[in-house]
Amino acid sequence: MELYQKTIHDIAAHLKAKKLSSVELTKATLAHLKAVEPKVQSFITVTEETALAQAAEADKKIASGTNVTPLTGIPLGIKDLLCTKGVQTTCASKMLEGFKPPYNATVVERLNAAGAVMVGKTNMDEFAMGSSTETSYYKKTKNPWNLSCVPGGSSGGSASCVSADQAFGSLGSDTGGSIRQPASLCGIVGLKPTYGRVSRYGLIAFASSLDQIGPMTKDVEDCALMMNVISGHDEKDSTSADVAVPDYAVEMKKSIKGLKIGIPKEFFPKELNPEVSEAVKKAIEQLKSLGAEVHEISLPHSPYSLAAYYVLAPSEASSNLARYDGVRYGLRVSGENIVEMYSKTRAAGFGPEVKRRIMLGTYALSSGYYDAYYLKALKVRRLIKQDYDKAFEKVDVIVTPTVPNPAFKFGEKTDNPLTMYLEDIFTISINIAGVPALSLPCGISKTDLPIGLQIIGKPFDEAALLKTAYAYEQSTDWHKRKPSLKES
Amino acid sequence: MAFEDYEPIIGLEVHCELKTATKLFCGCPTTFGNEANTQVCPVCLGLPGTLPVMNGKAVEFAVKIGHALNCTIASYSKMDRKNYYYPDLPKAYQVSQYDKPLNYGGHLDIVTKEGTKRIGVTRAHLEEDAGKLVHAGGKSGRLDSSDYSLADYNRGGIPLVEIVSEPDIRSSEEAHAYLTALKSILLYIAVSDCNMEEGSLRCDANVSIRKKGTEKFGTRTEIKNMNSFKFVKQAIEYEIKRQAVVLDKGERVVQESRLWDVTENKTKSMRSKEEAHDYRYFPEPDLVPIILDPAYVQKLKVELPELPSAKRARFVTEFGLTPYDAGVLTSEQELGQWFEAGAKFTKNPKGFANWMMGDMAAQMKEQEKELTDLKFDQKKLAELVELVDAGTINSKQAKEVFLELFNEGASPVEVVKSKGMAQVSDPKAIEDAVDKVLAENPAVVADYKGGKQGVIGFLVGKVMQASQGKANPKMVNEMIKKKLDS
Repeated sequence: MELYQKTIHDIAAHLKAKKLSSVELTKATLAHLKAVEPKVQSFITVTEETALAQAAEADKKIASGTNVTPLTGIPLGIKDLLCTKGVQTTCASKMLEGFKPPYNATVVERLNAAGAVMVGKTNMDEFAMGSSTETSYYKKTKNPWNLSCVPGGSSGGSASCVSADQAFGSLGSDTGGSIRQPASLCGIVGLKPTYGRVSRYGLIAFASSLDQIGPMTKDVEDCALMMNVISGHDEKDSTSADVAVPDYAVEMKKSIKGLKIGIPKEFFPKELNPEVSEAVKKAIEQLKSLGAEVHEISLPHSPYSLAAYYVLAPSEASSNLARYDGVRYGLRVSGENIVEMYSKTRAAGFGPEVKRRIMLGTYALSSGYYDAYYLKALKVRRLIKQDYDKAFEKVDVIVTPTVPNPAFKFGEKTDNPLTMYLEDIFTISINIAGVPALSLPCGISKTDLPIGLQIIGKPFDEAALLKTAYAYEQSTDWHKRKPSLKES
Repeated sequence: MAFEDYEPIIGLEVHCELKTATKLFCGCPTTFGNEANTQVCPVCLGLPGTLPVMNGKAVEFAVKIGHALNCTIASYSKMDRKNYYYPDLPKAYQVSQYDKPLNYGGHLDIVTKEGTKRIGVTRAHLEEDAGKLVHAGGKSGRLDSSDYSLADYNRGGIPLVEIVSEPDIRSSEEAHAYLTALKSILLYIAVSDCNMEEGSLRCDANVSIRKKGTEKFGTRTEIKNMNSFKFVKQAIEYEIKRQAVVLDKGERVVQESRLWDVTENKTKSMRSKEEAHDYRYFPEPDLVPIILDPAYVQKLKVELPELPSAKRARFVTEFGLTPYDAGVLTSEQELGQWFEAGAKFTKNPKGFANWMMGDMAAQMKEQEKELTDLKFDQKKLAELVELVDAGTINSKQAKEVFLELFNEGASPVEVVKSKGMAQVSDPKAIEDAVDKVLAENPAVVADYKGGKQGVIGFLVGKVMQASQGKANPKMVNEMIKKKLDS
């Protein structure tokens, strides 16, 4: 096995034992990154110089033995909607081409403090709006398992770079499924924390009440290690929760004997892709054999999740994206007067999906429609959350497929936006309820594409997700499979 | 239909900048007047990815305003986004309060010639200020004649409380009285500098008129850009007349925003670009609701200093001042405090107050001195009051002594002693002086006896002259009358 194919916890042991330096590791990783990048296209910006400088710093820490963490010296990818001081942050949009934030997102600060190394900013759907990374202004990222398929979205680049071993882990963001769906399509682990578990300061906002940042990794242990670093209260984010962070790496190894697993009937429709259905059901059986109890539950309002989400998210987005007006930073297209400058700048700067959602959101919030749409969606939100609250009185975790199908081909869902939106049908209610959820691989399709298992937990109970996932993962070998980087 | 047949309906919206050390959602300072864009950070610039953090002091100041205006303080309130595009608004939304304001249902009492009137305060809510635009390159500094505009975000994010009155105001005088009373209250509770020139106090007026005796409100216009209370009064007066003329012609008043033009002394329609007034308000998702502990709210109420109206009432009952006197002395908090401290040293607080409002105020104005610049303290002024009340000096002499007191800080008792100014009040000496003057002015005496009572002033003057102003004028007057009437 090549160095860059290892997991964080494996390679960290090598670094700690001084079998190799972070600079050596980073160089090797960057070399591989560049070698496969023409095929995969995971990165908008590769930060080679920064990475090597950070690696040198990490080596100093390791040498002196001070401030060494499990992430010290480890090369990681960062989704391009997280602000990185002095490094281009584009949100995969023309609107922010060349924009260099004067500050770091809190999660980036925490990774830096832990001694991590940033190899680059990863590609995504523009302003996080999409499920295939096809709406990026800059490039299309390919799924390492089949280069003619999408990696999923919006954290497509973050998923593909981990899957293709271009980085040992990455940070993505998830508003309706944008970590979990690409993780499922690329055969890796992705976790969306409880709303408020991880600081949103420096996360360029899409939908403020739904967005969360989370790790995307090769296995569950790596995910726990990253969660340990990024989680916790941030005074700069008024919506971040002041709740203690357990040691997820310790919690992950606890037994799941007697763990109660809920299977919601609404997530297993008759029409569900049979390969997905089979893989997930097998995984549930596996969990049973590991000592878990399975109960059938119902989340009766989940059929309304998509509709509620497509009112709430675009509404908040229409407001969050209004600041891109060409006045202070980013793209500016001049006009005869200010209104012309605004409209020309925004017409040129935003892609069609972003425009579509801004218009939807503006409409839903407008006078005369607010009550019928936004307010109504907020009420539906409460009902969906209540479904989860009730279910979690009976069970500890809920298990579902992550997505209805494995990776699809480029252009397959771009003609009709609604078909794209349906990708999120199993992931979206989780964001609405604010609960945490994780996706990990549980099978491979006949066409050699990964199938994902979603585990949903109680608020601030990421520990239960991680231990359930770990127990399952360690009893299978899906996490050891590597993509072919071929096209078919 | 004449102007007098209409009744004006006026409501005032006052924006008050809170003098917290830092902005509403970030740690930038709120100082006025520094170089452009030197008091900014990623948060108040609305850079991508930034988030607001509520300034607790601003909430405290806002609650104090609510208490001072007799409002109900909401135990649950929230911030909302008011969305619109303008270059002075970095996020393209202002974080304000829409349907659940912090304070509501209050009132403010004003005093005019007609007496006391209660003006309702609909609400007083918390919001952030926008930056400032400077329109440059043209002749007038106005948007429509400029080549380009410069944006300064130093002011952006400063906490504001917007105080909205009920449309209870019925004249420009009442409007002026409302603003004066409101400013006084805000200064007393020390939440704002209330400086209209610096923009820490701003006022917009909503004006409409209706036929006297009818109930339905007319169409209202919003008047902006009035940066002094005087201009507010003038602008309202102009607008009332303008609307009356429009209605008299049989035309309709257009609902619009109008600017007060100080050079032409008229309100002018703001030739507005199509300004969509749909702000698409929705609850601010980046902030948690404001839930106040009743004990905290009560503590702030109890800690509030004595407000102007209460102080005025107390000055009347405790010190026997007239309501007018009390009003003058409480117009500034420091003045009232100075008076009250001084009243301890005198048996005649009314007399003390008269000196403050008369000679002292005049000298302070002429010499441009503040209370803190005075060379004397209340004790010395009280001495002067005592000297007059005891009859030691007369009022004309007292004015002389006052000038020494004001200019040199000299003790009145010392001045009278060293200048030998003690009034002559010996009845024999007075009688002698009077006899002399009456003897020297037979014609005048004849006039008096003939019915011309007014000439007594001349005779008193003569006696005062002869005594180098030292004679007790009251006694002189009485003596002359006694001599002539007998």
